[in-house]
Amino acid sequence: MSRTVIPIGPYHPLQEEPEFFQLVCEGERIVDAFANVGYNHRGIEKLSELKTFDQSTFVVERICGICSTSHPLAYVYCIEDIFKEGDCVVPERALYIRTIVAELERIHSHLLWVGLAGHFLGYNTVYMWAWKQREEVLDMFEELTGNRNNYAMMKIGGVRRDFSDSSTAGVIKRLNTLMKFMKMIKKAFLDDPVLQARLKGIGVLTKQDCMDYGALGPTARASGLDIDVRRDDPYAAYDRVSWSVATQQDGDVFAKAVVRIMEIMEAINIVIQCFNQMPKGPIDANIKDVPVGEGIGHIEAPRGECFHYVRSDGTNRPVRHKVRAPTFMNLPTYKEALIGETISDATIILAGIDPCYCCTERVTIIDANNTKKRNIFSQQDLIKMSHAKTEEIRRRLKVK
Amino acid sequence: MKREDILNGIKDRFEDSITEFSDRSKKRVYIDIDHKVIKDVIKYMIHDIGARFNIASGIDARTEMEILYHFTIERINIIISFRVRINRDKPEIDSITPLIKGAEWIEREMHELLGINFIGHPNLKKLLLSEDWPEGVYPLRADYKEWDKDAIRDRGVK
Repeated sequence: MSRTVIPIGPYHPLQEEPEFFQLVCEGERIVDAFANVGYNHRGIEKLSELKTFDQSTFVVERICGICSTSHPLAYVYCIEDIFKEGDCVVPERALYIRTIVAELERIHSHLLWVGLAGHFLGYNTVYMWAWKQREEVLDMFEELTGNRNNYAMMKIGGVRRDFSDSSTAGVIKRLNTLMKFMKMIKKAFLDDPVLQARLKGIGVLTKQDCMDYGALGPTARASGLDIDVRRDDPYAAYDRVSWSVATQQDGDVFAKAVVRIMEIMEAINIVIQCFNQMPKGPIDANIKDVPVGEGIGHIEAPRGECFHYVRSDGTNRPVRHKVRAPTFMNLPTYKEALIGETISDATIILAGIDPCYCCTERVTIIDANNTKKRNIFSQQDLIKMSHAKTEEIRRRLKVK
Repeated sequence: MKREDILNGIKDRFEDSITEFSDRSKKRVYIDIDHKVIKDVIKYMIHDIGARFNIASGIDARTEMEILYHFTIERINIIISFRVRINRDKPEIDSITPLIKGAEWIEREMHELLGINFIGHPNLKKLLLSEDWPEGVYPLRADYKEWDKDAIRDRGVK
């Protein structure tokens, strides 16, 4: 059979960021695939060498708009690793604040993925619902840190801002509401016959593939590779709260979705525990000079392990700053996951590893008073309609 | 295996090639090693010990090129970094991509940004830079000057 090359990108409606894929197809089957990246290369590693240690914290925050706290968090742990043991002790309260910011970010990042996955599958209900709740998480961030994104909370030796008691009370209340929603979406997403038909057995990545490519985070955990930096090398306050790592064995896109949804619920639990246990006290160790040496910092970002290496020569600037984002290891696995699948599944398989998208536009609010003539459905109406439609599909597909 | 057993195992296996063994802290170990044995080191770490390849970081140390290969062993919570030093005028080292698929991209990145040649790499094309990037210009080298000139020009400052 003759082969056709189908290009996706660099600019394509289904991609939020420029990336170029070439799918070599025989009929509908993908027989080979090539990726071309680098359209977003901004030379941040080089830029960081020209900034002071404190400024670099904010430079690396700009690497990603979604997981904007992962890179600064890995970076500050990296610099703290350069110090001799005991020279840079981060105060207890700062550790809890770091955990809360990191976990809230995991919630909003995974919700964004759940929404996008629905969107890629043509299931826009999931997209609207997940992003509506993600908006709530961004509001929580605004209440706690003052920013909806790029929170600028991390600092070498501590955090930059404290949480006020009045804001934490409101956030706990919102988190409880979010938990209720998550229980509903877990059921809606995982029991849905359409999603099961579209996602099960699609884009399978075996455990061996994950080990060969060094895959990380939810991508690896969905294939039964039980790695999580939060548990394996506890940083911040993860060893002070009780939680568990979510893993699945199947390695398909459905398993990746399950892992992410479980992680959102686990993250909500972690944040609530942190708020309850958080001690009062200082939030900053007041570090002045960074000594000569080299350090490694690694943390579990929403997409996997984020790895930073910094070398210092005793001046106020890093000599070398190496950044390894999780997608760098996860994306090359597309070769194993894509080949043999059909073109229609390509986008969701590529989205399955959650490549880092930078899209945090604000939502436009439409005034309901101006649309009086139209029927306005309440949330309950929409849930009822959605249930009715699911039942209808179930009946037609003849699944229980 | 315990932490000591693993570290002693590495010491015994590569006794002649290790030039410095720095047990920095509980979680970090840096080992300076001869670049000729890097493939054996990778094989030993991946297959015998079952370590996970994190990443490699290339550094232009002005007098020589350094590459650090970072490995994590989750079960004993440690990061072991192997440091190799290679000639800066003609930086060459064996590629580890045939042993670990996950190293393909980082070797391509080091090749284009630092100008290190990886012998035996199956696909040593440019990864991040564009295809028309000038030959022999390596942005992460310490003597790279083009960046500053361009940056000023782009902002319209004479």
